[in-house]
Amino acid sequence: MNSAPKIKLEIFEGPLDLLLHLIKKNEVDIRDIPVAVITKQYMEYLELMRFLNLEIAGEFLVMASTLLYLKSRMLLPEEREDDEEEIEDPRKELVERLLEYKKFKDLAELLEKRKLVNRDVFVRETAYNAIKDEMHVEVSLFDLLDAFRRIMERSKFSEIYEFVSEKINIKEVMLSIVQKLKNGKKQFDELFDSSYTKEHIIATFIAILELAKISLIRIYQFELFGPIYITLLVSAEICRKIISEIGDEIGEGYPEINN
Amino acid sequence: MERDTLKSIIEALLFVSGKPIDLDKFKEVIGEERSKIRDALHEMMEEYQSSAKGIEIVEVAGGYQMRTKSDFSEYIKNFFQMKPARLSRPAMETLAIIAYRQPITRSEIEYIRGVDSGGILRALLERKLIRIVGKKDVPGRPLLYGTTREFLELFGLSNIKDLPTLKDLDEINGESEILIEEKEQVVPERNDNNDSRR
Repeated sequence: MNSAPKIKLEIFEGPLDLLLHLIKKNEVDIRDIPVAVITKQYMEYLELMRFLNLEIAGEFLVMASTLLYLKSRMLLPEEREDDEEEIEDPRKELVERLLEYKKFKDLAELLEKRKLVNRDVFVRETAYNAIKDEMHVEVSLFDLLDAFRRIMERSKFSEIYEFVSEKINIKEVMLSIVQKLKNGKKQFDELFDSSYTKEHIIATFIAILELAKISLIRIYQFELFGPIYITLLVSAEICRKIISEIGDEIGEGYPEINN
Repeated sequence: MERDTLKSIIEALLFVSGKPIDLDKFKEVIGEERSKIRDALHEMMEEYQSSAKGIEIVEVAGGYQMRTKSDFSEYIKNFFQMKPARLSRPAMETLAIIAYRQPITRSEIEYIRGVDSGGILRALLERKLIRIVGKKDVPGRPLLYGTTREFLELFGLSNIKDLPTLKDLDEINGESEILIEEKEQVVPERNDNNDSRR
């Protein structure tokens, strides 16, 4: 169903971020990237994002074609060394960009560790003007997609009911998530009941993304690749009020699944 | 003026001012020499630091400011019933790129991040953490971005040269995760070749 409106999640994370994530996850050397493996996984992510109807920025597609090109280059036998010029590793340019980007990610981490005003230290009069952020996602989109994929794999769907097309209202799902979080933080997995249908799991995931987008929840983890936690940023009452004010078009966006 | 009197006046001024006060302003208000004020301030900084006080005096954004000690942040957050203020990861990344590479254009930032950054730039501009510092002398005359005083205040930096370096990251992490080979001219105190991979 391609007529469904795309869900736009402004995570602002790009292809370089995804590649670094994959490199780290596979524990491979950034200077010697196994292009075939990484390309395969990269494509799987794009597929997953497409499946969820997440808007895929053009940059992701450009990188996909770069990876496919590199993969084909890596398959070719080395060209003969006719000139005095050395043969360049076709991955060189990409590696340099990744290193450059990683450097700034590391520097950002360093800045984050400083004593920040209104987080670690406070000054007179300005304490009320807490620097609010539009997004509280501290777990990357890719970590979330990983967690989502694990839940999809874990769940055993009954084939018999597969054809039943449930109409799930995302707003209602958002409200039930708020209800679950009322008494404090919960692990990401705990928000998915084992009885959930495939549609319900997808709807729950999209509802979580929507809640993060409108800053009602915070998604975080204590360590990289550790469990993902979700907590309300405002009281459950306020959440319910805000959700009730959301337009109904929100429910229309999630993909339908055809088997 | 007695040293103790001077210190008391400074303390009173720091107390009423939320913003950092620079030496020129102290001089204008108190009428004492800059060097005397500076000495007094640094003595006070040590006193606040070494005694059981909830407040410290820090040098930030070219001036001096009273701040609560970070050990007590939980109590303050409870008092104000506030959630920890945070910058999103993409916002931090963009801010880091601007801080270390300023002045820099939007397209240069986007090349490094590999993704459209217009929304983040707008948000950072709104929060006054970055500002437009000019236009680059290339076709199209794109805008150049740089960090602000508010940026220095937020991160507790006395000036832009005070930014942490990659070397600091090494020290924190114990072992190097960073694989940097090129000499980075913008990062203050450039790091030596710290390619200590396992």
